[in-house]
Amino acid sequence: MSVLVYTESENGKYKKAALEAASYAKGVADKMGTEVTAISFNMSSHDDLKTYGVSKVLNVANEKLSKFNAEAYADAIAQAAKKEATKVVILGQTANDKYLAPLLAGLLEAGYASNAVALPESTSPFQVKRTAFSNKAFNITSISTDIKIVGVSKNAYGLKENPTELTAEEFSPELSGEDFSVNVNAVDKATDKVTIADAEIVVSGGRGLKGPENWELVENLAEVLGAATACSKPVSDMGWRPHSEHVGQTGKPVASNLYIAIGISGAIQHLAGVSASKTKVVINNDPEAPFFKAADYGIVGDAFEVVPKLTEKLKEFKANNS
Amino acid sequence: MKILVCISHVPDTTSKINFTDSDTKFDTNGVQFVINPNDEFGLTRAMWFKEQQGATVDIINVGGPETEPTLRKALAIGADNAIRVNTEAKDGFQVAKEIAHVAKDGNYDLIIAGRESIDYNGGMVPGIVAQLLKANFINTCVDLKVEGNTATAIREIDGGKETLTADLPLVIGGQKGLVQENELKIPNMRGIMMARQKPLNVVEPQGAQAFSNAEKFEKPAPKGAVKLVDKDNLDELINLLHNEAKVI
Repeated sequence: MSVLVYTESENGKYKKAALEAASYAKGVADKMGTEVTAISFNMSSHDDLKTYGVSKVLNVANEKLSKFNAEAYADAIAQAAKKEATKVVILGQTANDKYLAPLLAGLLEAGYASNAVALPESTSPFQVKRTAFSNKAFNITSISTDIKIVGVSKNAYGLKENPTELTAEEFSPELSGEDFSVNVNAVDKATDKVTIADAEIVVSGGRGLKGPENWELVENLAEVLGAATACSKPVSDMGWRPHSEHVGQTGKPVASNLYIAIGISGAIQHLAGVSASKTKVVINNDPEAPFFKAADYGIVGDAFEVVPKLTEKLKEFKANNS
Repeated sequence: MKILVCISHVPDTTSKINFTDSDTKFDTNGVQFVINPNDEFGLTRAMWFKEQQGATVDIINVGGPETEPTLRKALAIGADNAIRVNTEAKDGFQVAKEIAHVAKDGNYDLIIAGRESIDYNGGMVPGIVAQLLKANFINTCVDLKVEGNTATAIREIDGGKETLTADLPLVIGGQKGLVQENELKIPNMRGIMMARQKPLNVVEPQGAQAFSNAEKFEKPAPKGAVKLVDKDNLDELINLLHNEAKVI
């Protein structure tokens, strides 16, 4: 009857999104008067789970699952859900979570609410608040199936410490050949760069920067802050930056703690995509730019003048505060 | 190669979002509807397969008669046949079941859907269709090639890319990158004229049940006014970010 949470890991460490999912699962379990069971793949240390309210972890130790495989992972999680007689399955909303969630929903014949931003308002009937219309609105979604799947948005419920006693069990799901019919041949991931998905701070540039040769401004500021770099849609459409950096309604959503927009006017699609960020700063020479209506802090000024100065000042600040 | 592209009929990205009936329904008043952008990238890629590899391209939508102009637009872009499953689905699961039901008889090699619709953002249709058809599935696909019976795809992961291969039949969740923005096709007059002659078959639903329902909507709370900081007083901005917002 426990609440099952899939806790994603990378290089032997639980991801922050997984610990947010565990925190959320604990909140759901408390509401239902039950405990949290996690499922993990090829993990040896589970100390982080203990901190965030997990009582039991089912660890799948299997060479074949050392790389993420949506079909096989979904199959394993579905088997864990059945073994635990789980009624609620929680996961995060990383690219991998979003890949496996619908497969899991199909296997368990379970209703799935993605992009949840708060604990269920009620567990019977099961109703949860999620974002819709690309962050321009919320909806309260009810799920009517016996098993429910909830995907928790990044940085929405957050991390909540809840120290618990944890028991670890090995779990060996039965996997078939069909689980491995999609093959990963190559992974191309920069390991020295902060990704938009994981970043606490994102620095983003728009057309106001006039050309790709001026991106040093964005990159230098991002480096001082340990931030990921991003851009607006026109910038990626013109090929100044790769479209993996495009944030907004048809690009990537941003849910960072701090979002700094440089030379971005703030089209409605862009604002929707970044609206889940906690604090927004805009630097723009046009005081009429729509972004000023959506931002917390604003500077009216020339980016070419303001940004290098701000970068220098932040360097000093970091040096004095570390 | 037989391709099916799933088309969701959604409010244009510039739409202001409002609700009616005590916040239980989306207010369509004055809203322009378009092909879901994630589906449109997939549709355009399907056109590439049609031109380069002689594929036939069907499109499918689960929705009421009001979605037909959107389907006609997809036909004008170059799809061969349209299918509309005549029901207003409550959730992605119901949509996926109706699509899978039609697709089963169609023997499609490749089914392309957007990774999510930009209205309900459920993110479940392509994955569930794949699961129901026991087809392979690759999500957040930014490149796709097919040779013989094998597809090679690039999937966007957090902070990078993955190259994958899978046999057909395959379902993908597509997005920008499958084609570039400037490769999207704007229907020309000839396309629009031809689209009028193309078949748009309306089929009745098989009666699939939804597993979830959007009960009520809310708009985000209005935002407080922006705090403007003078461009010559950047220490103040750092102070606010550190002490007030506590983000640095």
